[in-house]
Amino acid sequence: MVDRKILIGFTLILGFMTARHQMSAAHTEKRVELIVFAASSLADAFQAIGRDFDTANQDIHVTYNFAGSQQLLQQIVQGAPVDVFAPASRKQIDAAVASDQIDSSSVETFAHNRLVVIVPKKNDAGLKSLHDLARPNLKIVLADKAVPAGQYTVEFLDRFSRGRSADKQFKEDVLKNVVSYEENVRAVLSKVVIGEADAGIVYTSDISRDTAHRIDRISIPDSLNVIGDYPIALSKNAKHRDAAQRFVEYILSANGQATLSEFGLLPAAAPAKR
Amino acid sequence: MDRAGWMLLLASLPLLLFLAVPLLALILRTSSGDVLITLFDSSVADAIKLSIVTTLITAGITVCAGTPLAYLLARRKFIGRTIVDVLIDLPIVLPPSVAGIALLIAFGRRGLLGAALHNLQVDIPFTEIAVILAQLFVASPFFIKSAAAGFATVDRDLEQAAAIDGASPSKIFWTVTLPLSLPSVAGGVVMTLARALGEFGATIIFAGNFPGRTQTMPLAIYMGFEIDLRVALTLALILLILSFLILATVKGLLRRRIALFN
Repeated sequence: MVDRKILIGFTLILGFMTARHQMSAAHTEKRVELIVFAASSLADAFQAIGRDFDTANQDIHVTYNFAGSQQLLQQIVQGAPVDVFAPASRKQIDAAVASDQIDSSSVETFAHNRLVVIVPKKNDAGLKSLHDLARPNLKIVLADKAVPAGQYTVEFLDRFSRGRSADKQFKEDVLKNVVSYEENVRAVLSKVVIGEADAGIVYTSDISRDTAHRIDRISIPDSLNVIGDYPIALSKNAKHRDAAQRFVEYILSANGQATLSEFGLLPAAAPAKR
Repeated sequence: MDRAGWMLLLASLPLLLFLAVPLLALILRTSSGDVLITLFDSSVADAIKLSIVTTLITAGITVCAGTPLAYLLARRKFIGRTIVDVLIDLPIVLPPSVAGIALLIAFGRRGLLGAALHNLQVDIPFTEIAVILAQLFVASPFFIKSAAAGFATVDRDLEQAAAIDGASPSKIFWTVTLPLSLPSVAGGVVMTLARALGEFGATIIFAGNFPGRTQTMPLAIYMGFEIDLRVALTLALILLILSFLILATVKGLLRRRIALFN
């Protein structure tokens, strides 16, 4: 008897849930779903832009797939459905164009990013300058060279080592301190935030408002910094080409650019110092 | 096979094919030339060595420390037994990333226990020990559950008969209980070995990714997927073969053993 009551209860709950689900489905049915593949370093900025864009365009709903740029590229090459592709470097766009997945005429640079050294707020290792990174017995976490941030990091270390002759060993000494090459920049940030690493190198845009007060920054001067270009392009197989075009236009608009700079990205119009 | 048998086979076919096709694709997409080239890559060799060594250590620790626990669960009623039982189930159902974060905030140098260890100059994250702990956390429950189930099925009358004949409890365990529950115990070891060999999520969070130190095969496959698909495919194939060999060997051994009993 009790069993039956429970069963009826479950059925009612299930029925209710299904009905609700159908109602919400009907509500969003009129919107086309725009699928955007974007680098994980863009996650915070793009989510904010997506909300604004959805509000401004009642007929479109943006859905994101955030991951490492190289992983996104592999998914696209293997035929994942995508309308807009925004990796963290030109390399992945070029590869996607080469495999005939991306429309090469649609490629635009919409933002730049730069690297910054971060240390935990409770800076036990007492790191104050870039030179301190070469001190022995530190735990440094970097992005793996598989992702753009990792390649830029290596380039920064190279530039530093080429500077003064006294710094020739810099790169080697820093790399000796590396305990992990993380698969994406966000993981580097997390390990510094919780204090397991003494220092890490991330994009300025990775530092959200939540994490800003839990870390300290050691900035990398422009002469040594590697400014990354963020390209964006339309998929050749885009289901909603018009919506995709409007999304890219929104990102390049004053509103979109303002949101990007709120999240630490440099606007596209700013001259990229090399 | 009878008619019903054929119908069963027909009904089983979709899922069977679904399970087989991706593995077949992996084999077909990898050329033997690539396998040889990749094998001589030192970071690949390091990953294979690290995976095998850590997995064996994990299995060893699991058997030594897990057998008493499995026996306790199978043979004694005590307050909180259900809680212990659920606790052992949890790592099996939790996403490995949760395990990784939990391990990090427990054994990290700012962690619950890790802070004290750090004061003793012992840092666990980003080391081989972290790799083993991650595997132990996600893989040892498989052994404990399987061994406990095995111990529980052994006929108590046989043990009591041995006790009446004057056998000590440890002698009873080694000569009666263990041989009779061996299929479950060995099955548990295999599950733990296989799960530890494939462990990824907890490892990359807790132990990080450093070639030669903490980059196990699954991590090397993941990173390889981002740089060079050939490396990823080759390593995936090797992992597949290793897993297949482990599982097939033990299943073969068990079948022979069960045949002997009957």
